[in-house]
Amino acid sequence: MSDWHTSTLTQLAAGLRARKFSSVELVRAYLDRIDASQAALNAFISVTREQALADAAAADRALAAGAGGALAGVPIAHKDIFCTQGVRTTCGSRMLDNFVSPYDATVVAKLKGAGAVMLGKTNMDEFAMGSSSETSYYGPVRNPWNPQLVPGGSSGGSAAAVAARLVPAATATDTGGSIRQPAALCGITGLKPTYGRVSRYGMIAFASSLDQGGVLTPSAADAALMLREMAGFDANDSTSVDTPVPDYVAALEQPLAGLKVGLLREFFDQGLDAHNEQRVREALKLFQQLGARLTEVSLPNLPLSVPVYYVVAPAECSSNLARFDGVRFGYRCESPRDLTDLYRRSRGEGFGAEVKRRIMTGTYVLSAGYYDAYYLKAQRVRQLINADFTRAFGSVDVLMGPTTPTPAFAIGAKTSDPITMYLNDIYTIGANLAGLPAVSIPCGFVQELPVGLQIVGPHFSEARVLNAAHAFQRATDWHTRVPQGYA
Amino acid sequence: MSGWETVIGLEIHAQLATRSKIFSGSATAYGAPPNAQANLVDLGYPGVLPVLNAAAVRMAVKLGLAINARIAAQSVFARKNYFYPDLPKGYQISQYEQPIVAEGALDIVLDDGEVKRIGITRAHLEEDAGKSLHEGLPGVTGIDLNRAGTPLVEIVSEPHLRSAKEAVAYMKKVHTLVRYLEICDGNMQEGSFRCDANVSVRKAGASKLGTRCEIKNVNSFRYVEKAINYEIERQIDVLDAGGVIRQETRLYDSAKDETRPMRSKEEANDYRYFPDPDLLPVDIAPEFIATVRATLPELPDEKAARFVRDHGLVAYDAGVLTASRELADYYESVVRGLGAEAAAAKLAANWVMGDFAAFLNRDGLEVAAARVPAARLAGLLRRILDATISGKIAKDVFEIVWNEGGDPAEIVEKRGLKQVTDTGVIETAVDAVIAANPDKVEAVKAKPAMLGWFVGQVMKASGGKANPQVVNDLLKSKLGI
Repeated sequence: MSDWHTSTLTQLAAGLRARKFSSVELVRAYLDRIDASQAALNAFISVTREQALADAAAADRALAAGAGGALAGVPIAHKDIFCTQGVRTTCGSRMLDNFVSPYDATVVAKLKGAGAVMLGKTNMDEFAMGSSSETSYYGPVRNPWNPQLVPGGSSGGSAAAVAARLVPAATATDTGGSIRQPAALCGITGLKPTYGRVSRYGMIAFASSLDQGGVLTPSAADAALMLREMAGFDANDSTSVDTPVPDYVAALEQPLAGLKVGLLREFFDQGLDAHNEQRVREALKLFQQLGARLTEVSLPNLPLSVPVYYVVAPAECSSNLARFDGVRFGYRCESPRDLTDLYRRSRGEGFGAEVKRRIMTGTYVLSAGYYDAYYLKAQRVRQLINADFTRAFGSVDVLMGPTTPTPAFAIGAKTSDPITMYLNDIYTIGANLAGLPAVSIPCGFVQELPVGLQIVGPHFSEARVLNAAHAFQRATDWHTRVPQGYA
Repeated sequence: MSGWETVIGLEIHAQLATRSKIFSGSATAYGAPPNAQANLVDLGYPGVLPVLNAAAVRMAVKLGLAINARIAAQSVFARKNYFYPDLPKGYQISQYEQPIVAEGALDIVLDDGEVKRIGITRAHLEEDAGKSLHEGLPGVTGIDLNRAGTPLVEIVSEPHLRSAKEAVAYMKKVHTLVRYLEICDGNMQEGSFRCDANVSVRKAGASKLGTRCEIKNVNSFRYVEKAINYEIERQIDVLDAGGVIRQETRLYDSAKDETRPMRSKEEANDYRYFPDPDLLPVDIAPEFIATVRATLPELPDEKAARFVRDHGLVAYDAGVLTASRELADYYESVVRGLGAEAAAAKLAANWVMGDFAAFLNRDGLEVAAARVPAARLAGLLRRILDATISGKIAKDVFEIVWNEGGDPAEIVEKRGLKQVTDTGVIETAVDAVIAANPDKVEAVKAKPAMLGWFVGQVMKASGGKANPQVVNDLLKSKLGI
């Protein structure tokens, strides 16, 4: 198994089932890669070596008996936003540094049920608030393509881990681009499913109406395999949708002929780096060669998505994070004088600067006298953006454009200016506001840094979106490139 | 108090009688050890999500239908944000701009018998908070989250109430209704039914409302009356002295019989309500409303009207009997056991409101635990109606059955309590009383009202068993009056 770490998830699952190698062997080898990379990348907050080896041994026994689920023995990692029973779940925050979850998130339970073996919990922006994985209490994650650069965020740990082939797949969450943007910056495939496709139960909430669990993998085929196991209605999540889960893997090979692709005019704006644009346009040309029909479409309200997002997301976060009060779990300040002191210092010391900034913004926009002007107006604009997408999908099957304006930027470059940082999500936020499925796939390089192409589809069109991504990946090899030192 | 008009509106919190909480599967039963009925959702753990209990929605709709309200085709849960240790999530899930029930009304009967309609602005679903514990925990505050997430319906009246008495009458009416509907056990000691009273006063004839104060969390009818009366007097005193009323939240202290302002720390000024993104809007189809309507019981006012119409009861008695569904059902069982005569219904009503209610009260029992089942009481009253026993004997038999059990007819038989209607036997007793009291015989001729004394003597001699009518008739003829 010399080339095991560059094998795809699909190949590994097949190899395990054919008993070409054991899960224990595979897991041990990946764990060693994680340990070796940790100093350079800081992709993991917790590594659960013993549990992983025990689970791998159990998976081997199941496989030997001809049993085990679709992912039996396959190593994966979870973003540290997913609650994992008996394992520390920090959400990248000092606030939860001591928090050992008493239960598994639905996504975690489902993947466990499919036989996947968790190797650890990946680093992330604190409470998923950030676009660079620099706001983590556990220090910044580094981009495997260049350790001076950010991997993107908030799922930077998961993205760096998959890009450096420390795991063949990692779960992630996307509230405004937190799966797709790091996927683009790390040169891997990142899938954000339709809002409601994957249960949010046990996924620590940032902005409930936008948060969606998804996955980071090298390829679209791997993402399809993962999504098939993660998706589905959950009685514990009222916003999950009770609609059948199609076989995403089986749908991958459909021909693209006649696929109507809309080019998002608003995404090819002056903020888009010229080199990035070039890579994206080349990718679109290739889609044309594969049989797709390209037309330009306009979503006039889409440029408002960043301001709308930075009202709605902080509003929800200000309320979602109120439960971290030092009373029942998580960080509590030393010897509080009274209740107010307990609240002030526990939250003041437990949360980092970006989280506090968003809580304050959110509290402000929900306040009496400001609610109508900010929150209500933002919700109205959100409806307009939804309507734009609905109209667009009346004439095209999928929308395509860049995932990010630029390739990865330097660590520290944008930390002093939150607005420039926020603008990094300008192309990804729309799909969250409208609850649409979207994928980012690698489509070339600019100065040895990967560039992402984004494909957005109508609600519950994951099969279509993955099918398009897969067709592209069959015709290209960008997704198989591994950063130097990790090949 | 003259020259001032009182304006009161009530916010009643009724705990819904669901088995599990409104957004989690935890049990709602009262009295479990602290935090034994709080799961991860109730504790507000990271990552957990609320799931609406459909039974709570059904109950709210039932209430809405019973008060002739509009059931919202779509209602929305909102978060009410504030920090408090007994509020695990840092927000309470409630309903704000789009409540499930709006624009209803209930009729109350005033002292003079006049019926007054009290408007109900809205009724909305929400979750209860937990509670802080101080007793037996020196130096620390304990938190019990068993109650956190218990479903409540908050019923908000229009400011249509004009006195503490009216407020209590309205509160009792709501109390009766929720128990009829079986959506709330009405237990006020356990806090299942409690209210906040908004009280203001204004110059008689003024159209503008005065500044109101809200008296929080009163859980007995008596305290509601006392708290409101105290507050009315306080406000009038302030205004008469040239002062102004400050809008504030006050607590009623029953030990001192006064209201006083809550510490300002306990008041949150800006709850930052917004729709809860974890819960979908509640859509209610007309078909669903129809199925709930089909489960509505006969309501207290309908029942009382029927008792008046079909049983010939007076409105007051019908009101007393229907104030509790159990009492009304008991009364109806007795009537059914007796047959259709008009006299039977009146007799049953008197007994149920009289001896039966008195014994329940004496022993502190609910109707369901009454020691004389309806069939037995019917049997007993049947013996009065067929003149087997007198009303007085019946009271003794009732007490025997209550205390010792047994069948009334058998007790009458065994203890020889049958009324004596044999004229010969009674005549002997009558003659004996007349013979022994010649002076009284003279006196009664001038003062016929003294006949009662003779009747009493004969009844006493017969051990209460003589038929009073026969005694009366015989005495009259023998005494020549």
